[in-house]
Amino acid sequence: MSSDTTAGQSGTSARKAGAFDVRNIIGALMGVYGVILVLAGLLGEHEPEKTGGVNANLWTGLALLAVAAVFFGWARWRPIVVPADPDRPDDDPTRPAPRRKRPPAH
Amino acid sequence: MGSDTLIDANWLDYLLVAIYFGFVLGIGVMARRSVSDSIDFFLSGRSLPAWVTGLAFISANLGAVEIMGMSANGAEIGLPTVHYFWVGAVPAMLFLGVVMMPFYYGSKVRSVPEFMLRRFGTGAHLVNAISFAVAQLLIAGVNLALLAGIVSALLGWPIWIALIVAGVIVLSYITLGGLSAAIYNEVLQFFVIVAALAPLTLIGLNRVGGWDGLTDKITAAADGAPVDAGVPPAEQQLESWPGQALAGFDSELLSVIGIVFGLGFVLSFGYWTTNFVEVQRAMASNSISAARRTPIIGAFPKMFVPFIVIVPGMISAVLVAEMVELKNGGTPSGGAAGDVTYNDALLLLMRDVLPNGLLGLAIAGLLAAFMAGMAANISAFNTVFSYDLWQRYIRKDHDDDYYLRVGRLATVAATVIAIFTAQIALGYDNVMNYLQTLFGFFNAPLFATFILGMFWKRMTPTAGWVGLVFGTLSAVAVDRLAAAGVFELPGQGVAFLAASTAFVVDIVLSVLVTLVTKPKPASELKGLVWSETPREDLVDPDEAAMPWYQRTIPLAGVALAMVIVLNVAF
Repeated sequence: MSSDTTAGQSGTSARKAGAFDVRNIIGALMGVYGVILVLAGLLGEHEPEKTGGVNANLWTGLALLAVAAVFFGWARWRPIVVPADPDRPDDDPTRPAPRRKRPPAH
Repeated sequence: MGSDTLIDANWLDYLLVAIYFGFVLGIGVMARRSVSDSIDFFLSGRSLPAWVTGLAFISANLGAVEIMGMSANGAEIGLPTVHYFWVGAVPAMLFLGVVMMPFYYGSKVRSVPEFMLRRFGTGAHLVNAISFAVAQLLIAGVNLALLAGIVSALLGWPIWIALIVAGVIVLSYITLGGLSAAIYNEVLQFFVIVAALAPLTLIGLNRVGGWDGLTDKITAAADGAPVDAGVPPAEQQLESWPGQALAGFDSELLSVIGIVFGLGFVLSFGYWTTNFVEVQRAMASNSISAARRTPIIGAFPKMFVPFIVIVPGMISAVLVAEMVELKNGGTPSGGAAGDVTYNDALLLLMRDVLPNGLLGLAIAGLLAAFMAGMAANISAFNTVFSYDLWQRYIRKDHDDDYYLRVGRLATVAATVIAIFTAQIALGYDNVMNYLQTLFGFFNAPLFATFILGMFWKRMTPTAGWVGLVFGTLSAVAVDRLAAAGVFELPGQGVAFLAASTAFVVDIVLSVLVTLVTKPKPASELKGLVWSETPREDLVDPDEAAMPWYQRTIPLAGVALAMVIVLNVAF
């Protein structure tokens, strides 16, 4: 999935969004949360008195892993193609932040 | 220290919170260093898949109002709260996509004050810019108060220290570039919130014995409540219509009219069609047809949000000891901001049913929502203050760096002011009442002026600002009269009445003033008034060739049918 960086250097043709595809980012965050919650569910305290007897961490963790798998799969199956020279986002004056390494458009 | 905090978080919870902020700030840093064309592509917003812009569209709104306000309302009055979604937001979003969006997209207007300036000139622009800036400061106060509530619940600090800490958190989030990866943040935030609230709802339902157990407990609680606590009868809490508990009218007919006109038409249409913080998400699309689809696609997840925000509030009201006591007219102590209020419904339910781990996920979601919400208010304030007010009326013709510096100072000043406006928000035990009051003051007259100015080409510049000023003043007058005890409406009735009054006063005054003042020449109104805008500017010629599920009208029809089914079912 990191092949886009090498393709980016040639910069001639359209290519896949790769690791920064928003679906892969969602998949990564949900996946990390899923792993942590599954581990917490297996190794940590159950606290069944709170949840009414269900191992909530374990089940939520498994569900998050499934969600992560769906997003990774979707991103692989239908990659988003980034044009060779995408529009650079402007420094949006409505979103104050440290400035980009180039002068803003206005 | 652990035992005197409201929420008992441990290292695992803090780890989950830290991971979230690592993701968000990490993408922000990579965006500014331009490490990948892909990030530029996603942030420039052109040609994004419609599901991404659709989710960003509702995520920008899935903050304080939705989560804390709706759960507080669910705890206090139960199921009629769904009207905010099924009569309010969803139809308004469909209207925005079908009717308003082609117009916005075609006229290339980028903000509400900009529309006011071009349509009505400086009078309406100045009034609108000031009122918008004030509204953002007040709403930022709501977000800050809720954020401080979480800080206080986690760490056990007094609320005023928590307010300052929360202000510092938001400022550092903005300064570190938390807003520069907007699309990523908004989409991530949506999934984290759903991942936290869906288990909360399911576990809560498990604890009360499923939906049947919940209805039994609400019925028993309503029957057993002391009369002077003013708890709505169980059948009003468990059926969405006619919704007397929400509208505050005893009569069924008046209640339905209040909800459909006050909440549905004036407040929600006003909120969704004039809220450019959200409209801009759709304006970034690459075609008029994609821009129209954005709010319509957003409407589909939106109609199911009530199940994960209102139902937990209802569960909290029968499961959490303090909430039960509160609803019976007591004043239990130990809430996030002193005594327990309905605003604490969700936090207290989290404390009672979520194990460590899931608790951290929920805290991450709430922190993210309130912080992003407040940052959006502050940045909207910042833009209007530096460009619409300072540059236009106070110091013209300085260089860009000058206005950026003004903007930075405005950001800090707005955060400090929000610490004070948060005090007002803390005075309301159901933050939803306050928010709807604010929307009545600011959005209802704006919507009236907008819609009249768009469809009636004769409407004059003078009418533009007169309508806005007196619309807002009349809403404030209704609110103050109610506060002084001249008349009384429970629920959000006062806010609905104030909004409806503002709308009617604005329309009537605008029409009267227009009849005696001079209109703008029609040549200046192209792209700003419906009848002066060529039809071909409003449609996408390619749309007819797309499959039905990518066309605006069929998609909106499906959403409308679904929301009608939901209205009938509950």
